[in-house]
Amino acid sequence: MRPDGAVVLVTGGSGGISAACAHALAADGWAVALTYRSNPTGAALTVEEIESAGGRAHGIAVDITDAAAPPKAFAAAQEALGGPVLGLVNNAGVRADDLAVSLSDDAWDLVVNTNLTAAFRFTRQALNGMVRARHGRVVNISSIVGLRASVGQSGYAAAKAGLIGFTRTAGAEVARRGVTVNAVAPGLIATAMTSDVVGEEKVRAIPARRTGTPDEVAAGVAFLASDAASYITATTLFIDGGLSA
Amino acid sequence: MSTISSEHVEQVVIKAILDFGAESDQISRGASFEALDFDSLDLAELAQIVDEEFGVELKSGDLKNIKTVGQAIDLIAERAAA
Repeated sequence: MRPDGAVVLVTGGSGGISAACAHALAADGWAVALTYRSNPTGAALTVEEIESAGGRAHGIAVDITDAAAPPKAFAAAQEALGGPVLGLVNNAGVRADDLAVSLSDDAWDLVVNTNLTAAFRFTRQALNGMVRARHGRVVNISSIVGLRASVGQSGYAAAKAGLIGFTRTAGAEVARRGVTVNAVAPGLIATAMTSDVVGEEKVRAIPARRTGTPDEVAAGVAFLASDAASYITATTLFIDGGLSA
Repeated sequence: MSTISSEHVEQVVIKAILDFGAESDQISRGASFEALDFDSLDLAELAQIVDEEFGVELKSGDLKNIKTVGQAIDLIAERAAA
């Protein structure tokens, strides 16, 4: 059982999916710490909304690609919200699209460092405390692009597929300590980050014939973070309207 | 750091081993981690506890050479006194 006052840290806390995750996790009783880099206003708004709904939340300004960020963010979350950090949602992500034939080293590094390496470092930081506490939930936000081709996104695809592999092994390593590590792989979700790639043709290819909403992704994340999901680990939940079928 | 006694280290290490699920009658200085059904996660967690308690950082290379409870206690006590 999750102890009272437990904190979940959500990285990239100013975007569409992270805000929805923050709300769903707060509604489920977690105190929510949100990291943000570029959008303090978005994170502050989410914190305010959670607080006015009776929940607890706190924004933390940090560049997650900085190797020193995880201990800083965890200490700040614990200090502001009191409880131990027993939940982690690795959501922060960037895209830098180009065909593999011309993708620059800088674009590759940016995407892999943010989407994969930072998630590894935050997970490592989280697992230390979770293993000792004999309870923990890590949810990595992967993507349908980790499984299916998406032209122009080979770097993003590599990072998101990497997250699925990382999730499997890290989950298996800590399973007997009551700590679960899972991934969620959203399909086409209507957010600011996908507005340029969602066209009619792409939507027709989705069995559900529509894009998903951030709330539909957040519902899966909140479930995997809950006590109810205690026997689910090292797996990936596709939330994609059937696109991966 | 010379105030850390071998007895103190022994107490902390044995408490950790008990927390990992070993039976108290199995634990002695001569007991091997293999016989105690220790695995790499247990050793990593023990390293964390030792770091917090004594400020002694054990690398995974150090841990590979440790076979028994007594060897672990001696290594930690030696590092703590250094």
